[in-house]
This record gives sequence, C-alpha cells and structure tokens, in this order.
Amino acid sequence: MLLEVENLAVEVAGKRVLKDINLSIAEGETHVLLGPNGAGKSTLFLTILGFPNYKVVNGTIKFKGQDITGLTTAERVKLGIGVSFQTPPAIRGVSVGDLLKIISNQEVSDELNPRMQELAKQLKFSDEFLNRDVNLGFSGGEVKRSEILQLLAQMPDFTMFDEPDSGVDIENVELLASEIGTLLDKDKPQRSRKRSGLLITHLGYILNFVSADKAHVLIDGVISCSGNPSEILEDIRKNGFNGCVECAQCL
Amino acid sequence: MDVLNVRNVYEDAERAKDKKAAIGADVTIENFTDETVNALDMIDDLDDLSKQTKNDLLKVGVDTDEKNRAGSFLQVDQSNIFTNNAISSSVEVMNIGIALEKYGWLEDYLWNVVKPDADKYTAKTALREQKDGVKSGYFVRSLPNTCEVMPVQACMFISDEDIMQTAHNVIIAEENSELHLITGCATGDDVSSAMHVGVSEMYLKPGSKITFTMVHNWAEQVEVRPRTGIKLGDNSTYINNYILTSPVSTLQSYPTAYCNGKNSRAIFQSIQGGKKDSIIDVGSRALLNAEGARAEVISRAVAQDESKIYARGHLSGTVPGVRGHLECSGLVLSDDSLIYAVPELEASSANLELSHEAAVGKIDEDEINYLTSRGISEEDAESMIVRGFLNMDITGLPDELAEQTQNMIDMSLDGM
Ligand SMILES: Nc1ncnc2c1ncn2[C@@H]1O[C@H](COP(=O)(O)OP(=O)(O)O)[C@@H](O)[C@H]1O
Ligand SMILES: [Mg+2]
Repeated sequence: MLLEVENLAVEVAGKRVLKDINLSIAEGETHVLLGPNGAGKSTLFLTILGFPNYKVVNGTIKFKGQDITGLTTAERVKLGIGVSFQTPPAIRGVSVGDLLKIISNQEVSDELNPRMQELAKQLKFSDEFLNRDVNLGFSGGEVKRSEILQLLAQMPDFTMFDEPDSGVDIENVELLASEIGTLLDKDKPQRSRKRSGLLITHLGYILNFVSADKAHVLIDGVISCSGNPSEILEDIRKNGFNGCVECAQCL
Repeated sequence: MDVLNVRNVYEDAERAKDKKAAIGADVTIENFTDETVNALDMIDDLDDLSKQTKNDLLKVGVDTDEKNRAGSFLQVDQSNIFTNNAISSSVEVMNIGIALEKYGWLEDYLWNVVKPDADKYTAKTALREQKDGVKSGYFVRSLPNTCEVMPVQACMFISDEDIMQTAHNVIIAEENSELHLITGCATGDDVSSAMHVGVSEMYLKPGSKITFTMVHNWAEQVEVRPRTGIKLGDNSTYINNYILTSPVSTLQSYPTAYCNGKNSRAIFQSIQGGKKDSIIDVGSRALLNAEGARAEVISRAVAQDESKIYARGHLSGTVPGVRGHLECSGLVLSDDSLIYAVPELEASSANLELSHEAAVGKIDEDEINYLTSRGISEEDAESMIVRGFLNMDITGLPDELAEQTQNMIDMSLDGM
C-alpha cells in the first residue's frame, strides 16, 4: 500500500472532527472522497498533509510503508505527497514563477525551465501572470490552475486535490481534469500506473472527467461507505447523502 | 554669512542647543567628538578607496565605478573627500561650501525648510557652521528644463569611533526638471559607536520632480538623527524611498513635505527591518496646503529580535480638494520586538479626503503552511514571506533606476 490510514482520530481546535478513519490507497490507484459539507473531508486532507493544528489523538498514517504521523508537512512533501488546496492564502511578494522554480529545484534568479514554461502555456498562464504574487487577486479558476501547475512542477507520487472543481467553469474543468489525469498517470494503462491520488469533492462533478478506482463517503467524521465510484455516486445523486448514513452493506 | 545673521539663525540655534527633540530617545551629543572640517585629503578617484570601504559603500547603493551615475559626492566624517560634477550637463553636484562661494543666492535656501532651533541636533549643526563656516554637506541642483534619468549618488560615511558627523545638504530641482538621487549612509566596519545628523533641505520648483532614495547601513551603536524638509512648488512631484534593514542604536527622523504648490504630490515609501535592539522611529509628514495637492505614505516594517519600530505618518490638509493616504503594514516576528504604528490625519478644511490603513501582526500561519506544503521548510517559508512582505514595488522611478533600486532592496533583504 502507498498510503495507509489506520484508526485515525483527529481533533481540531479541541473538537473531535475525525473519529475512526481507515483508508488504504495502493500504487496507481485514484480514490475519491465524497461527503456533505462539514463532514471532515478537508480535515482528513490536512491531517494527511500534516498541518500543525490537526491533532492526531489516535491511529497512524503510513506512507510508502513509513509511519509519517510525526513528520512535518515539508518532510511529508519531500517523501512524495502533493496537494492542491481549495482556497489557498495569498502571499505578498512571492510570485507564482518563484514558487515554480523553488518546487523544480531551480535557482530563483534563473529562467524558469522550458518544461514549466510549456506547461504554464497549456494552463493558459502568461509570463505576466507568472510574475504575480501567488493567489493575490486570483479568480477561482486561476487559483485552481495555479495549484495544478505547482503540482506539475512537483510531480508527486501521491496527490490530494481538495475540491478541484469548485468555482471553476465547465471549459476550465476539462482543462484541469486533463492535467489532473497527467498527475495520476491516466495516460498510461491501468496496470502500469504508478502515481496515486485522492480526489475530494462534495459534488462529484470532476468525476465526469477523471476516472476513479474507488469511492469513499465521509459523513460526520466516519467513512460510512466505500465502493465502486459510479454506483455510489448514482446512489448519492438519487438519494442524497441520507442514503449513505445507513449504508452499511457497501463496507 | 550675513544673511543668516540677519535671519537670527545662530541666535536661534544657540537658544535651542539643549532642546530635546519632540520624539525619539535623547542623545548626549557631548559623548561624541567634533572633527576638524576637511581634515582628510581629497581623493582623485573613488577607485582609490580601500576594498573594504568600497564594499561598505556598495551596500548602500554607491557605485565606486560611477557607472550609470550623473554625479558623485562623498563625505567621510567631516571631510568632503570626493566630488564628481563632470558627468552630466543637466545636474550640478558640489560641496555646499563651494556652492555657496559660487552662488550668492544659495544662502536663502539654508535653514529655510528645516529650522535651526528645531532641536539640539539641528542647533548643533548650525552652531558648527557658525564656527567653521557652512562647509559640510552637498549641493545638488538640476538645471531648468532638463531631465537626467541617471541618479546622482551622495554618500555620508563615518570612518572612526565616536565621531559626530553633521552635514547640511541642499537639493534644488529647477523649473520643469527631473532629478534623481541615491544617498547612502554607512559606517566603516571597525566603527561601533558614532552619531550622524544630516540636515537636508529640498526645493522643487514648478513642474519639477525629485526622487530621493536613501539606504542606511549603520553599526549597532550609532545614533542617527536626519532632519529633512521638502518644499514643493506647483505641479511638482517628490518621491522619497527609504530602506533600512541593518541594526542601529537609535534612529529618529520625520521628513516633512510642504506641498505648497497647486497639484503638488509627495510620495513616501519606506522599508524597515528592525534587528537586535535597534530603536527605529521613522515618520513621514505631508502638509497639503494648496489646491489639488496629494500625498501617499506607504511603509512596511518587520521587527525581529528585541527591536522596536515606531512607524509614524502625519497628513494634514488645510485647503479643500486635497487628498492623502497613509498605509502602514508591520510584521512582528518575536515576542520581544514591537511595532507601534501612529497614523495621524488632520483635516482643517471641509471637502478633502484623508485616509489611513494600518495592519500590524505576526506572520499568517496559513501562509507558512502553504509554503511548507510545497516542500519548503518552515524556516525558509518564514524568510520568504518576510522578504516578500518588505519587497514592495517602488513606484515613480525611471526604468534603469527602478532596476538598480530593486537590486539595492534585494541586497538589503539578503541580510534579513
Ligand atoms: N480550524 C478549525 N477550527 C474549528 N473547527 C474546524 C476547523 N476546521 C474544521 N473544523 C470543523 O470540522 C468539521 C469538518 O470540517 P471540514 O473538514 O472542513 O469539512 P468538509 O471539508 O468535509 O466540508 C466542521 O464542523 C468544521 O466546522
Ligand atoms: Mg472542505
């Protein structure tokens, strides 16, 4: 297993948000995490990432066989975890271009490498855009595209996307989905895929464009149901998340 | 100096010789030594300076090769050791004493926008002048209807322990001219304690523009008291940029722009990094006294270690239709450091627009977390955010100078 979450319980600001999470993602697999607003999806994402305010009160997180529960965020990222945020903060004086160079292990004073320049173009970013302070005054779509571009610089082994489809118009969702596909080895036959991912979405919209191997439904801090993505999605579309609350049989 | 006597300059100074400044720690002037004026020999070329001194000057924006410069002036302690007035036909650069010999009218510009009895530091400067003549400091002037895009570089350097350096500078932009200055102030590497008082008086004639970019790099026990006044004529623009990122003992200044001309505009931009136990008290004041006058004050401050930064701003509107905006942002990086933002707005007429924004706090954790999620260590993330925060876009400079200024800022921030 690439990622193994066992019996995970997490507190945020003194409140127990995640109760007893078990989740395993194998090499080459894409999983999707569904669930209503406030269920704890972002909390799980940020806990796997290792943000300081997410206190693991029980359980472990293993990545590539190593227990990473005590590692800092930067250390986890160095091991091959990458993320795209739903609403990342703006940082004054730190440009998208600078970040891309740092992530690509380039000197900030050097020109951005040709591969990233090409990818920036594909994601419809101009040179001026690369000089802008990251996330400062970006539109919803620009935020998402900049997140994906940074991930393309990093090419992580395991990528988590928090609501990559929220606030993005249809045309851009397809563009994003194709780059997300690149990050998840979707251009390769299933058996030879190496990269894995976790797509977090409360709408499931992105699944029209990116295929997933397995879906999980998170409700009120517990995974109430796991299984075939299209079946689960269809059920949610028919019955809403209410059906999942009692759905024990799919476990 | 008959005119100055008639104007009671020295009498006023005499009366103010023990007058504490309105703000800032009181410095005991007597702890520092008086130097003989022009005791040091002139040099023929900035290249003749020691490698060490050249390096010190480079840090404050002084290029000893004089590349892309319109002129140079260097004062070491109380001696003017180098002047280059031959580069540009549009600007004049001279020692103030020599300029006064050449231009009889220049006396009228002395002690005009800075008062000799403002405090004991201005008084001391004036009383030294009474004794030795007005000989320390520079005179820079742009001729009417000229536009020299390259900057004049002027430098005040303190080379020895316990020296009290004074200078009296006069800068004049004649009608419809443009003048750019880079001024660097520094102490030699083996100097730990000293005092610097620089009186600067600037005059912008109608339609002129001055940009004045100052970089300071003092030693840890240096007391600094610049005293600056700026008088703006009709349709003139003054841009003041100030950069300080190295430790100092105490530094207090409050340059004041008198926007007396219609549609005159003053912009103050400052970058301050407080380190060790520095006490930095920098303000900017604009008096909007004529129709259409505008002022903007933007400052960014980062306090580290045990430093204290007082970021002041004062805008005063006395006639209708003027506009002003103050903006101060500060980051406090340690529990023992402090930033105190004091924005003051004073409106004594109806129908004018003055505003301010101030935000002081610690680094936003979300920003650090965001960068660590790209694999950047927490420590590196913090320093990137601090640099980014201080690295403000300086407006109003010609392209070449903007680039050089950016390099100067980068160099200053490297030390952060
Ligand atoms: N930093 C926080 N402080 C306080 N409560 C939080 C914080 N982060 C999340 N929560 C709470 O945890 C629950 C789950 O939130 P979240 O993980 O953002 O849900 P989702 O992403 O599924 O919409 C919510 O009730 C939310 O209010
Ligand atoms: Mg969420």
